[in-house]
Order: sequence, then structure tokens, then C-alpha cells
Amino acid sequence: MGSAHEKTLEITLIESINLALDRAMTLHPEMVILGEDVGVNGGVFRATEGLREKYGLKRVMDTPLAEALIAGVTVGMAAQGLRPVAEIQFMGFIFAAMEQLATHAARLRNRTRGRLSCPLVIRAPYGGGIHAPEHHSESTEALFAHIPGLRVVIPSSPIRAYGLMLSAIESNDPVIFLEPKRIYRLTKSRVVDNGQCLPLDSCFILREGTDITLVSWGAMITETLEAAQVLASKGLECEVIDLATISPIDQRTIITSVKKTGRCCIVHEASRNCGVGAEVAACVSEYAFPFLKAPISRICGYDTVMPYFQNEQNFLPSTQKIIDTVLASFVSQKEVNHAV
Amino acid sequence: MNTLSCSVDKEMLNFSIARYSILNNEGNVKGDLPSSISDARHVLKAYESMVLGRAFDKKAIALQRTGKLGTYPSILGQEAISTAIGLAMGEKDIFAPYYRDLIAQYLRGVSLKEMLLYWGGNEQGSNYKHCTQDFPNCIPIATQLSHAAGAAISLKVKGIHQAALVTCGDGATSKGDFLETLNLAGAWQLPLVMVVNNNQWAISTPRNVQCSAETIAQKAIGAGIEGVVVDGNDYFAIYYAVTEALKKAYSGKGATLIEAVTYRLGDHTTADDANRYRNPKELKEAWLNEPIKRIRQYLINNSLWDELKEQALLKKVTDEIDRAVESYLISPKQSSESMFEFLYEVLPESLTDQYAEAKYENYSATAAPNNSG
Repeated sequence: MGSAHEKTLEITLIESINLALDRAMTLHPEMVILGEDVGVNGGVFRATEGLREKYGLKRVMDTPLAEALIAGVTVGMAAQGLRPVAEIQFMGFIFAAMEQLATHAARLRNRTRGRLSCPLVIRAPYGGGIHAPEHHSESTEALFAHIPGLRVVIPSSPIRAYGLMLSAIESNDPVIFLEPKRIYRLTKSRVVDNGQCLPLDSCFILREGTDITLVSWGAMITETLEAAQVLASKGLECEVIDLATISPIDQRTIITSVKKTGRCCIVHEASRNCGVGAEVAACVSEYAFPFLKAPISRICGYDTVMPYFQNEQNFLPSTQKIIDTVLASFVSQKEVNHAV
Repeated sequence: MNTLSCSVDKEMLNFSIARYSILNNEGNVKGDLPSSISDARHVLKAYESMVLGRAFDKKAIALQRTGKLGTYPSILGQEAISTAIGLAMGEKDIFAPYYRDLIAQYLRGVSLKEMLLYWGGNEQGSNYKHCTQDFPNCIPIATQLSHAAGAAISLKVKGIHQAALVTCGDGATSKGDFLETLNLAGAWQLPLVMVVNNNQWAISTPRNVQCSAETIAQKAIGAGIEGVVVDGNDYFAIYYAVTEALKKAYSGKGATLIEAVTYRLGDHTTADDANRYRNPKELKEAWLNEPIKRIRQYLINNSLWDELKEQALLKKVTDEIDRAVESYLISPKQSSESMFEFLYEVLPESLTDQYAEAKYENYSATAAPNNSG
């Protein structure tokens, strides 16, 4: 490929998703895009902007307003040789599609012993922090991570969104691709449009450190990196891991890191109870327990219904909370006992 | 409505639903038989397929009762619908069956052994050696409808002039998947044929409790597509309706909903006992309309069939079924670790420990001496 095909762009996360979709449409003639308002309107967040004009009605389809149907036809199309990428407009509306995803997308290859498969991607913006109405701000990635056969992927930067989206589309497994909409337009970074995929089964180490491992994903990576910066000024070097591929999980990178640092703190926006953080914590205690110098901690959304937007900042973990929790894990056990 | 003070400005819509019926209970054809089905060889093939289906059904129930098969849903009384679908569909059409369609599946190339493996708890039963693009049996009610719509979209996108055909029961028509698919089939003019196998029962829930619409076919009107009713015990009528609907789909003229009215003469499955909720008088009356007797009478009336041929056919199908059962019963179990092997395209590293454990457990389970004595 010549340099003309490898433009470098300074773009936001949502723009990088659009770029990856565009690139994938040229790479995979069997790829189609479908969903509510993805055509003329280019998606409510503009993820599919310009694609209908470029690839036509047959490959970019506005569907009726029916999420179960979108998931069901996506399964049918994927089983018959297309490579569909469907948008569920907000994750809060994905539950109608859940039956198709759990009972068919995740199982078709297994059920037919490899005769049919589901190379599909379901994209959905998720998470809070944009003052959206009720049902537009939840983080329910754990529900999907619990379903064997699905891949669950969450990008946290424009570069990773580009590479992970390309690999999600290229994958012959069904991928639930959750987009942290709070950081859709937060920052711009340089993305090389070179069609390069990122691995679907690896965490990303965003910052190396020796004192504590911070595991996070999605929009919370922003606060986690901020906290790591502040803690560095206090002399604590945090290793920040972007989990990115929520399921199947990359245990090895996390375990290796915790063996090095001896401490682990997990940061996620979703509610704590049975969240993905619990799986990370269990994995660390099973495989790196002798290396732990302090209890594993979790900083999560509360186990409550996501509040309406007036109160959403009080639900989302803050940078300060991450800093305080990390500092607390360096207080000696003796002092803690004394305090109690 | 007279309660409104304003007068009706315009009658927006009146509709009627056609009902197809060709062969009556005495085996006589009303009017001329459509040319597509007047060939004696075709009718004989249809009859033989229906007889095979019924004999297989009986055998499958016997296997379940003797612990050699899992829960199994009988097709008793619904043989004509499935046979017509199997013979009408083109090889390159895509079939998304519900779980009482074994004759259509058989006619498309699914082996009896594969069917036994499926109901016998072995995933290899859906790894069809023939008709490799057909969908496997679908247990979650109505979910197969949108798969078929997806298949129809794929045909349209690829510019292939074939069709997808999907079946479901009357219970399925209450579900969102049915209505959402119907709606899309109209909106996108999909090459899709939807056949509702209206056998009057969804386990114990009768048709009139399911829905108050006079016909299920009329639901098509709301989606802007054609809906027809056929006598589901009349092989000729169903074959005609399905063939016409397929032709329409092939020529880009869109989808059709066919309601085939029949009666479930058996239990819902081998785990069910219909005597708990079904009036025996109703069952007795339904037997008078069953589909096989009717087509046999047609063959006899036309000097195409006699007792000798019947005996020869019964022996032939019994032999074929026995061979399939024999082969099924000696089929090896899937290995324990096979549960990992088709989950993802490549086994993720995080599952390698579990995979090894399953493989080892499988080994120890077969190797360990039985001490339970």
C-alpha cells in the first residue's frame, strides 16, 4: 500500500471509529452496516457518517426501530457469508437484543460444530457522563462478558478504537464492541489510517510502574491516568493497564504486572457487584496471591441504579477517589488495624 | 364507530384473506390440479416422504421411551406441511426450520442419523453434511424468523435470486420476533417465505387464547405483504402456496406469509401429556382430517397405489430408519473437551487451563474403574 493509503489524521475516538468502519468497508466487500439512523443521518453520534454516500444503500442499511430484529438479522446475515456491523443506538436499549446475542450469536458455531459461524460486530455507545436521559448511561459489559462465545471489547483512545474495531470486524467470532461515549470527543490524537489491527486478546500497558497495578478500561482510563500522574508526583509509580478485551480476558499481562508491583487496584464505571473487576480480582488472587503486599481494591460505580444526570458525577469514580484508594493501600496493615 | 360525532371521511382499507384448498378428505381434487403437481411421480414421492416422516416419528418416540433419545417433539399430523416445503424449495434456497420440520430437513439432505444425534444430545447432529447453509433446529421460539430475514438480506445484497424460507408454530406468532420480521420483510421487500404451522396448540395454550385475530395470515396485512391461509392437511394446497410464494420471492416481488392450518395429533414433546388439557373429542375429530390418509386415497382413486405397494413402502422406510437408528446408537460421544473446540475460532489463552482440565477429566472418567458396584 502506498503512502496515499496511509494518511495520518488528528482525530477523536468517534472519528477513529468512523475511519475504521470506512477502511473495513473497503477491505471486506462482504461487510455491511446496519442499525437505526446509521444511513442518511450517519448515526446519532455520527459513527457512520458519510458511509452510506460512499458505499450505497445495499451496504449501509437503516433498519426499522427494533433491536431484537437488528440482532437477529445480523446473526442470519453473518451465518450466510456477510460480515455485518450493527449499531445499537445506546447500550440501554440492547436488552431486547440480548436473546439473539446469548442464544444464537454466541452459540451458532458451537451448535453446528463449525458448520456456520457468526462473524458479526454489535457496536453500542455506553457509559455515563454526558448528561443523557434515563437509560442512556449504563455500563453493563459484565452481562456480555458472562456469555461464553462472545467477545467483549472496549477501546479507550482513538488509536485503540481504530485498531480494535478493525480486528473486531475481521474476527470470525461475534464481538460486542462497546464505545465509551463520554470520551467520544474528549481528545484528539494521531491515528495512522493503515488498516492495522490490534490483538483482541491482549491488555495494553499504558504506563509502566513498579509500585501498584491499576487495571481499568473505557472512559475510566482518563481518570486512572490522571491519578497515576498525580501519584507519580508523590513518588508512587503506577502501572496502568487498559483491559480493553473484557472477554476473553488477558490474564497473563495482569498477573505478570501484579507479580512485579505487589499491589492491584481495579477501576471501573460499572456497578461493583459481579462486575468485571470481580473477575480481575479473583484472577489476581488465584495466580498472584503470594506476591500481594496489600488487599486488592476495587473502585467502581455504586451498586445502585444509574442516577439521572444531575447526580451522575457522584456515581462515577473520581480521580481523587483513585488517588485516595491507592494511597490507602500503602498504609501499613498495622496502621489500618489501629485506625479500626 | 358511531360514538364519534364526526363522520367517516373515507374507508381506508378493506381486506380479505384467501384460503387454498385442493384435496378433500375423500381424496378428490376440486377443479384442475395445478400443473406443477399433476405428475404422478411427484405425488408418490410426497406420499412416501410423509409415510417415512410418520414412521420415523413413531420410532423416535419409542427410542425416547426406552431411554435411548432425549426429549423429542412429535410431528404427528403435520407431515404434509413439512413435505411440501421440502419438495418445493430449491437446493440453493436457505431453510430456517422450527423443530417439527424433520421431513423438509430430510428432503433437503439432513440425514435421519443427524436428527437422532441432535435429539440424542450430540451437537454433531447439526453439523449437516448436505444443505450446509441451512440453519439448525431452533429451540427459542420465533428467534429463527429474523435469522431467515438476515439470510434473505444476504441473498439480496449478493444479488442471488433465491429465497429464504422459515417456519414457526402458531405460538411463535405472539412473539416480537415474528412481528418484527414480518414488518421488515414488508419494508425491505425481502425474498422470504414465512410458513406458520398452525397446529392449534402452543404446549397447552390453544390458538384462540394466543390471539383473537380470525386468521394468523391477516397479520401480513399490517406489514404490507401478502398473507394466505392453506389447509395444512392438504399436500397439494400447501405445495401450491409455497411454490407460488417462492416464485414471487425469486422474482423480487417480496415476502409471503402462509398460515397452514393443521392439528397437533401428538403431545407437545415426549415430556408433555396432552390428555391434561386437550378434549378427546376434538382429537378424534382432528384424526378425520389428517393429511396422510387423504393423499393415499387420492393415489388409490387414481390407480397409483395398492396394498402391495403400501407394504413394500413400509418395509423400505422401516429398513432405512432401522439403519439410521443402528448407526446413531453406535455413534461415539463427543469428547469432553469438544465443548471448547467450536466456541471461538481459536481457543483463547485464558481457556487453555479449562480445556486441559476437561480433557483430563474425560480421560479419568473413561479410564476409572467403576467402583459403585
